[in-house]
Amino acid sequence: MNDTQLNYEVVTDIIPENARVLDLGCGDGTLFSKLIKEKNITGVGVEINKDEVIKALDKGVSVIQGDIDEGLKQFPDKSFDYAILNQTLQSTEKPDLVMDEMLRVAKKAVVSFPNFAYWKVRFYLFFKGKMPKSKSLPYEWYNTPNIHLMTVNDFFEFCKKRNIKILKSVYLTRNKARSGILIRTITNFFSEEVIFVVTR
Amino acid sequence: MENSVGIVQTKFCKFDDEILLESGKSLKNIQIAYETYGTLNKNGDNAILVCHALTADAHAAGYNTPNDKKPGWWDTMIGPNKAFDTNKFFVISSNILGGCRGTTGPSSINPETGKPYGHNFPVITIEDIVKVQKKLIDFLGVKKMVVVGGSMGGMQAMEWSIKHSDLVKTTIIIASTARLSAQAIAFNAVGRNAIISDKFFNNGDYYDKENTPDYGLAIARMVGHITYLCEEAMHTKFGRDFKDKPNFDFGVDFQVESYLEYQGRIFVDRFDANSYLYITKAIDYYDPITKFGTLENAFKQSNSRFLIICFNSDWLFTTEQSKEMVTALVNAGREVSFVELESPCGHDAFLIEYKEQTKIIKSFLKKDEPKNE
Repeated sequence: MNDTQLNYEVVTDIIPENARVLDLGCGDGTLFSKLIKEKNITGVGVEINKDEVIKALDKGVSVIQGDIDEGLKQFPDKSFDYAILNQTLQSTEKPDLVMDEMLRVAKKAVVSFPNFAYWKVRFYLFFKGKMPKSKSLPYEWYNTPNIHLMTVNDFFEFCKKRNIKILKSVYLTRNKARSGILIRTITNFFSEEVIFVVTR
Repeated sequence: MENSVGIVQTKFCKFDDEILLESGKSLKNIQIAYETYGTLNKNGDNAILVCHALTADAHAAGYNTPNDKKPGWWDTMIGPNKAFDTNKFFVISSNILGGCRGTTGPSSINPETGKPYGHNFPVITIEDIVKVQKKLIDFLGVKKMVVVGGSMGGMQAMEWSIKHSDLVKTTIIIASTARLSAQAIAFNAVGRNAIISDKFFNNGDYYDKENTPDYGLAIARMVGHITYLCEEAMHTKFGRDFKDKPNFDFGVDFQVESYLEYQGRIFVDRFDANSYLYITKAIDYYDPITKFGTLENAFKQSNSRFLIICFNSDWLFTTEQSKEMVTALVNAGREVSFVELESPCGHDAFLIEYKEQTKIIKSFLKKDEPKNE
């Protein structure tokens, strides 16, 4: 099982049966179609890239082509049980606005992102003195879509400031997923990727 | 003829019973011209109804005779393995009420008088057009179907989904809107004025006259063509080029003038001025937002899933208008997909950009493909 598959497994575990789901940045619809098959969900994906939209349509996923950064104004308040923002928050222009909009249109949100405080990332910067690159951060500094990289600690602080409740957290390292936090500093150090379930 | 439906014949069916129109008037002895491609399955649930725009006709795909130079108006999209795959689906295309290509319209014979209707033809609406199409759909034995239309055809598709929620399982609306903008109505009004002020218009009763309102109709078409293109398309196609050199008179000097003049001239050979008046009026009147209070309420009547496609350079039926439909559909709790395609072709793009549309529609229609066949 690779990282992406593990991520999909974790998200699929989180989403309850028959939920109404909004998948922001749904890509080619792989996760959404998995959720349809395994959890019988309904809902819609949002994706900016036309070729990805076509692939998602091909999988039988309803997709609205659009830019998450332009807001989610076509969706009424609390019209979804879950909004998913998978590996996308760090590449939005206004993460704070996107989070607000997600928690307006959905009761709960699933947010995942690569943890910039992961020890390998830290060591990369420390020893090489260059912007870190890794499996989950494969880009060069000049062409990366990840314009708002953050850490587990940053996210906790962000949620506290904005009155967002963290309901669940899953930490992914070396193809293993662990739930909950023992000591945040250690988790922040050892987690490559994190998945949070949040609400307001 | 590769991937073509081949030689097809336009068929006709007639309905004796009276149809009550939105205006309160009625019509009887209605004839409908239609073509079909592919085969209707036993369950009658693999049909696709294609609704045409302002000036098209029932001949959407294939060739009527082996000598035809051009295939039907949406041949790029309808045929074996095409967007509307005739190996899987039963595709229906009919000329609309009020038209002049085989379906009853102002140029048809009024059974009461034995003469063409002319100005006695009642004003019709999109609702009336759909009402007449419904006769054909029942006649063909269709039980469930996909409805698709571009431009004014999109309005018909929308009306179908609202009015016949039991019949329409999937709706595809392309380069269209729930209702025209004031600007679009204004352009239609100029076209109608050009026709009505033609000295041969004779209050719409010109069918037995030597001269018909060709100039007016040609000008209406020229105005239409300006709205179907966009600035970029005009610039690329014609720029400020002269046909030859400046003539210092008011004849056709510029390439763009020559293009419009040509489009106007060939249009009058295949279209009736009265039909132009009646159909543009039907487009202008269509407004489910006022009828149902909100667009959301309108879409709540439907049971269909939707695909909305628009083109970024289309300023006649804009992306914003398509997004308005998407928002209403989301609010109405309907399943909806939406794609905005990039094209330099303006409103005409829905007839031209078939490659991208094919990919999108083929993928979208997978759910509607008949199962065990």
